[in-house]
Amino acid sequence: MSCWETVQAYAFRSLGYGERLLPRGEISLCEQVTLIGSGMIWNIYFGVLALFFGFFFAVTLAVAKNSQAKWARKPAEWFIFVFRGSPLFIQFFLAYFALVRLPEEIGTLDISWLTDPFAKAWLGALIVLFLNTAAYAGEIFYGALRSIPKGDLEAADAYGMSGFKRFRRIVYPTMLRLAWPAYTNEAIFLFHATTLVYFSGFPAFRQQGDALYYASYFADRTFNPFVPYPIVAMFFIILTLIVITVFSLINRRLNRHLPAERRARVRYRPNLIR
Amino acid sequence: MFEFCADPSTLDTAPWFACYLTNGVHMLFYQSFLTVLLLLAITAPVALAFGFIGAAASRSHILPISWMGKLYTSMVRGVPDIAFFLFFVIALDQALEWVNHQIQCPNWDEPIRQGANFVVCQAAKIPLSSAPQWVHEVYNYFIAVFTFSIVFGAFAANVLFGAMRAVPRAQLETAEAYGMTRRQTFWRILVPQMWIYALPGLSNLWMILIKATPLLFLLGVEDIVYWARELGGSRTSQYAYPHPDWRLWYFLALLVFYLGFTRVSEVVLARITRRLSHGQATAGGEAQRKAAA
Repeated sequence: MSCWETVQAYAFRSLGYGERLLPRGEISLCEQVTLIGSGMIWNIYFGVLALFFGFFFAVTLAVAKNSQAKWARKPAEWFIFVFRGSPLFIQFFLAYFALVRLPEEIGTLDISWLTDPFAKAWLGALIVLFLNTAAYAGEIFYGALRSIPKGDLEAADAYGMSGFKRFRRIVYPTMLRLAWPAYTNEAIFLFHATTLVYFSGFPAFRQQGDALYYASYFADRTFNPFVPYPIVAMFFIILTLIVITVFSLINRRLNRHLPAERRARVRYRPNLIR
Repeated sequence: MFEFCADPSTLDTAPWFACYLTNGVHMLFYQSFLTVLLLLAITAPVALAFGFIGAAASRSHILPISWMGKLYTSMVRGVPDIAFFLFFVIALDQALEWVNHQIQCPNWDEPIRQGANFVVCQAAKIPLSSAPQWVHEVYNYFIAVFTFSIVFGAFAANVLFGAMRAVPRAQLETAEAYGMTRRQTFWRILVPQMWIYALPGLSNLWMILIKATPLLFLLGVEDIVYWARELGGSRTSQYAYPHPDWRLWYFLALLVFYLGFTRVSEVVLARITRRLSHGQATAGGEAQRKAAA
């Protein structure tokens, strides 16, 4: 099979299109690159959607945690504590078993049609990632809320702004600007965390997995880890660079009113495994 | 464990659970918590040492050494750590066998990589195929621990490199003015002062390390995740303790374990930070001084 034919056969294999059988026997470099690249579709899918929906929930959580009212603060604090204090790996397992067991537990009422999609990776894992990133980003935004310059708030008061208007015009933009460098790291980190999905209970339906799933498949087949894992690394470095570029552009826009030397730069500091 | 456990099928709920939770396999489950704690106890100092070497190497004036240090520190940027875990476990194993092969069987003329196989001579297998089961398990465990140390060493190198740069430049200049050599400046001035700057990063790393321990399961070690899955699976009446699928409850227990562990760590680390800030020229140290005065 020429390389172009391989691309045609496997480029969308992770979504279930193209060749049904995965390559076996003599595995060419082209097949490895194509299939692992095809798996990246899932990493991007999980990362982008969880990040998008997680953002709104994270802002809500941050505001709730910063609130004076106990009924809003306590649940937000607990939510953030549970999701940041426990391993993502365990969260995946827990969610999976909860979603598989739930329809069996409620035996009298057949709700499997409702819970079935949740027990599949595309929805179940997405929800776990969404809640997880919301908790991490919520803590980042909360920290930013706490460090909004006092003068800005006093100025808002002096202009007679209050309530939602003050939040939308003053608090929210400043919070976003202060949190953005840290939030960029969180975003990169979330993309890395998506590689855990298919190693944590959620089954890969008909061998439709993510990049790392295929890489470990190849490493098992060829017993040679020195080819597939560097390919995964290459794909992820490219993805990371794209994320940094996009987030830097947003960061520039958030900081556009400031003099040049006071602008916060997006600097990628890797930390965290969850 | 208890004497009344001889025939579990006749027991009430409470004694049934007392017997169930203390039977042989559950003891293995509790032991696997020690496996995790042992991993933390070994990995933390080893990774710190790796990180220190990596950070010191990236500051070196000899170019190749500094490149190697930089490569090591930047290795974890951009690439998911799980990829490293899966990679190093196989790569380390093969590297060890390859080196051993070169020593043990210098006259071997077949290629080592034959298609999908990695073939070394019998004498070079690590551990030897005749070795007892526990040797294999211990070997696997230490490969996993070493993998953790490499990856977390790279994280620690990042933190320590930043901490070394955070030490006020004036301190180093003073040392130079006193005629100290580069080495003396490094060991006597830089290293003692850098820890307070490294502490927030290292605390963070410790929390991350705790939360990375379930990944041992992926490296083929029989850890708490392995046992939770094993024990939680449903048991038919052929077993002494039949029960439906309880994996959800086992994982809930693991979740609580991790939450408790991270919470305790947070409290302890906050205390250490207070202790180390004492007398330092940082905001934390200054606040302590003012509070006392």
